[in-house]
Amino acid sequence: MRRFLSILDALIPVLSIVAALALWEFVSRAGIIDERDLPAMTTTVRELWHLLQTGAFWHQLLLTVRGWALGLAVATVLAVPIGIVLGSSDLAGRAFRVPIEFLRPIPSAALIPLLFLTLGTNLKSEVFLAAFGAFWPLLVQTMYGVRDVDPVALDTARSFRLGPLERLYRVTLPSTVPYIATGLRISSTVALILAFTAELFMGIPGLGQAMNVAGAFGLTDTIYALALATGFLGVAIHVFTTAVEKRALRWHPSQRQEVAL
Amino acid sequence: MKIGAEIAVPVAILLAWQLWTASAHQPRFPRLSTILVQFRELWLFSQFGEHVVPSLVRILAGFAIGSLIGVALGIPLGLSTRGRRAAMPHIEYWRAMPPPALLPISVLLAHSIGDRQKIAFIAFFCIFPVLLNTIAGIRGIDPTLVDTARSYGIPRRERIRRIVLPAAFPQIMAGLRVSLALAVIMMVLTEYFSSTNGVGYVLLISKNTFQLVPMWAAIVLIGVLGYLINFVFLLVERRVLAWHRGWRAALPD
Repeated sequence: MRRFLSILDALIPVLSIVAALALWEFVSRAGIIDERDLPAMTTTVRELWHLLQTGAFWHQLLLTVRGWALGLAVATVLAVPIGIVLGSSDLAGRAFRVPIEFLRPIPSAALIPLLFLTLGTNLKSEVFLAAFGAFWPLLVQTMYGVRDVDPVALDTARSFRLGPLERLYRVTLPSTVPYIATGLRISSTVALILAFTAELFMGIPGLGQAMNVAGAFGLTDTIYALALATGFLGVAIHVFTTAVEKRALRWHPSQRQEVAL
Repeated sequence: MKIGAEIAVPVAILLAWQLWTASAHQPRFPRLSTILVQFRELWLFSQFGEHVVPSLVRILAGFAIGSLIGVALGIPLGLSTRGRRAAMPHIEYWRAMPPPALLPISVLLAHSIGDRQKIAFIAFFCIFPVLLNTIAGIRGIDPTLVDTARSYGIPRRERIRRIVLPAAFPQIMAGLRVSLALAVIMMVLTEYFSSTNGVGYVLLISKNTFQLVPMWAAIVLIGVLGYLINFVFLLVERRVLAWHRGWRAALPD
């Protein structure tokens, strides 16, 4: 009996997913929500299956991933060095505190009309939007990380006559890496949201544009299938960044503790 | 010197913007002073009630509903391992979903492009940061606290109310802050997707009709709204978490 219960316990996540899918099927088939507004689960999955066999779908997926990756890369290349400078110099940190505090909470979506008129409806706009959104969490995390470097370690390095560059490379950067990794994880989610947003609203090719087109033609099944796929893309990117973070931080106590728990 | 820099740099940035836009003569980049005059004419406060108030209502209603659901689900899930195992696949999926992917679906399901659709959409995505932080906050409670309370014979309800919730509260506040910032972004997206009023709508219409100065004024307005909402939240947080910081400061290192 106990063995049976423990097997049941291990199956909880699976059962929970199956139950949710069954509920979806039932709500639609029973007409609680009209099938024109909520296609049944099986209909949606079948539509997704058809999409997966088309080259167009994979091409669109690849374009969205490209916008995400480029945006995140641009944000990282800018945010990490700027964050190190602003974090290590009290003067620079204070000088840019107000502009950062002001720009950070601005919803990047508000920049879409401006991008229409300046960069145009192309990859540049998508990358700009994704990079703009992803920049702030990374910048703030890097600044926190640099400020949190153990002063004794820095003083020790100095008393060993390590130059400023070597101190940066051997002390500041390694102890900032966990913060940067956290920033990357947050920023990667933001970058995906904004890449998709740019595609949906600006008609830049990718999954977002595909969804916009499906909406314009009233292809409800396709809308749901694309949303389902986009959710899985989000999960895949989340799993990927978490794995990268774990790998980059194998040496760090925060990861070792997680194993011990 | 340092405080001087804290004032001088923002002023210098604004001055550079004004000087550059004044010399560039680009219709796409109107002068900063022109934008600010337009901003005052439109938003202080002739169109405030017509467009800003509906947007604020959507943000606050969506945020309030989403946060309540997040905390209400987070408490039992934080306390029950089985519950968490059952809920986690769903939470992981929905929190990884890019919100704009559900915009067309939200219109289909709500049968409207009005407040109902917008508030439901904002509320749905506000749930997850609060939910995840409530779960994490409850799981992070010092077990000694709970055990002590139990050994004093404090009943479960009281334990949750007096020990579990206060201990998780700082982390719940962290989740609320993330959700509120998200609510502002969702507001712009929903109004930009389909609406008949609100600041996102004004932004869309002024862009579509090439009214560039009002468009810039609307961008500035959304920036100011995002900033002010965050600022007010920090004030509230400082107040309601004052006990927590005082308590932390009193602890030996």
